[in-house]
Amino acid sequence: MTDFTTAVDATGRADSAAPSGEDTGEQSHLQRGASSITLQGLHKRFGRDAVALDGVDLTIEAGEFFTLLGPSGCGKTTLLRILAGLEEADEGQLNIGGKDVIDVPPHHRSVNTVFQSYALFPHLSVRENLAFGLKMRGMPAAQREQKVAEIAQFIKLGDLVDRRIDQLSGGQRQRIALARALVCEPDVLLLDEPLSALDAGLRSQLQVELLRVQKRLGMTFVFVTHDQDEAMVMSDRIAVLNGGKIQQVGAPREVYERPSNAFVARFMGHDNLYRVTARNGNRLTTELGELEVEQDGGGDLVLIRPETLDLKPGHVEGVNHLHGRIAERLYRGSHAEFRLELAGTTLQAVVNNRGKHMPDVGDEVTVLVAPEDLVTLSE
Amino acid sequence: MSNSHTTAMQSGQTLGRSQAMVREARHLLFTVTPGAAWIILFLVLPSVYLMAVAFMTNGPYGLPQMPLSLESFKQLAGFGFLGWSPGNIYTLLRSLWQTFLATALVVIVAYPIAYYISTCREKWRPLMLLAVVVPSWTNQVIRAFGWMNLLAPGTPLSSFAETLGLISPNMGLYPSNFAVTLGLAYNFLPFMVLPLYAAFEKLDTAQVEAAQDLYATPFKAFWHAVFPQTLPGLLAGVVLVAIPAFGMYVVPELLGGGKGMMLGNLVATQFSGGSNWPLGAAGAILMLIATFIGLFAMRRIGKRLGGGEEVVI
Repeated sequence: MTDFTTAVDATGRADSAAPSGEDTGEQSHLQRGASSITLQGLHKRFGRDAVALDGVDLTIEAGEFFTLLGPSGCGKTTLLRILAGLEEADEGQLNIGGKDVIDVPPHHRSVNTVFQSYALFPHLSVRENLAFGLKMRGMPAAQREQKVAEIAQFIKLGDLVDRRIDQLSGGQRQRIALARALVCEPDVLLLDEPLSALDAGLRSQLQVELLRVQKRLGMTFVFVTHDQDEAMVMSDRIAVLNGGKIQQVGAPREVYERPSNAFVARFMGHDNLYRVTARNGNRLTTELGELEVEQDGGGDLVLIRPETLDLKPGHVEGVNHLHGRIAERLYRGSHAEFRLELAGTTLQAVVNNRGKHMPDVGDEVTVLVAPEDLVTLSE
Repeated sequence: MSNSHTTAMQSGQTLGRSQAMVREARHLLFTVTPGAAWIILFLVLPSVYLMAVAFMTNGPYGLPQMPLSLESFKQLAGFGFLGWSPGNIYTLLRSLWQTFLATALVVIVAYPIAYYISTCREKWRPLMLLAVVVPSWTNQVIRAFGWMNLLAPGTPLSSFAETLGLISPNMGLYPSNFAVTLGLAYNFLPFMVLPLYAAFEKLDTAQVEAAQDLYATPFKAFWHAVFPQTLPGLLAGVVLVAIPAFGMYVVPELLGGGKGMMLGNLVATQFSGGSNWPLGAAGAILMLIATFIGLFAMRRIGKRLGGGEEVVI
């Protein structure tokens, strides 16, 4: 039943992708596997005290670029390893493509992994590395060669295939590791911080490349990272993990703009969290003063995103107008970051440089807060 | 004017270069000479002498004499006063066979040990390696005596082998060729464990997981991802074990009994018994040749298995 829906979903995506892209020729041979994943009540502990996963329920849709985001030790890598079959869950259920695979060893799962260290085989050539999975599955040599040639063209490996592993740079190794996993045409591709070892420039370049590959194949990608910027750029949906529990699942905008708790807000880079001391309808009494919100979701904290703020010189009265002094200004060209002192605390503001007047340190300013941009949440 | 200036500069450069060369030469003289002198004095000259002796005639007291002859090589091949006897050929074959058996046994024992140590916590590893090496700090003779006590007739091990019907009653496991194999393997175990451990330690465990992730069964993951990477260590170990085992004197002397003699014992007897120096020298040359053939073969094997890489020194 689920198998059927998965298949339909996969073909649907494949068909819809075909007319739009200019790369239709390249993708014609590679089979697009896309399976949904369902996790229920996953528990995993290491030793007596270390809880890696503490009851994880999650559904990952077929063909989705899904990211597990969290600080180190949050359980994201453990979760990925359970998906790969490299780690056994203590409790819980795992369905991939509608099949219960919780007891299936890794070599029988149609799931492939791009490892953080790439884990390429140094004693084999690039070509042999690429063919490894196919060889293990017993594919005849001639067919293997053809598949390897296809993937080499698809990932644009060029003459890299004839090199030895120790002749490759970090970025090249990353691409070989990706190709080695993709050539097996898995139902799900798992990526364990595959870009973390690369420098910033190469990293953003490979982010784009990875994203294009995923969109063209329509394959289910489960991506692990601790970098929220990377997660937002890449993902269809993000699951934020902490302490072995899922904190929030949602599209990048949801997670960034409407974090469900203080942990998610802080992890996504927000610092402007203020205590709510009293509420009267949509009017909140906060550390900063009276603030009107469009929607009060409850909770004892209010989040003000720095980039939603507007600064006006001088003292202007009005609803959601706060008054303070600029304590610090970091001029960044396209925008400027301000640290304001007001109501005995500090507030961060980011203002785009539109060529208008820009306040300076020491200036008294009025901060305009839009009620629709305020989010209430709990610790 | 400018011309003379250039010449002066050129000669200055030449002077600088020749000075550098002198410095280089002096540097070489001081660093290379001691080692070279040592090797010439204690390896090259004795070897030349040994070869010369092998081509001389045996004198009345077992000392070499002129004229030059191939007499000792004939004797080595088994031609004596009483016609041809296969004794020396057997000794050579026994040496090769014992070397093979002992090396194989060492590989079988050392491989899991080296793997296990590499999986242990980092702080325990030096201690475990030490445990492997410590026995070799004891005198070889004492260790051989230890094995005698373990394998002699009436000991638990011998009785057990008797019960299983592996040996005749009251024969004991010592003295025998089996005891020699065991003694050799025991003696050279560290020489295999250490290079294998070095190979295992370099291995990224993620590669084993990657192999399994790429549809390899645990055995295939071992065979295709792990074993080839330990091959350089394994072959280095084989060379380090097989060469000294082939020339071993103490172990076959003490554990082998009358029928356990190896080439090393044959050579030693010719010198120590004072019976025949030229024959002993010829035996030593034979050992040298056999060792070189073995090394050459290992290089070839290593090159083929290592995909054209130089694996064995």
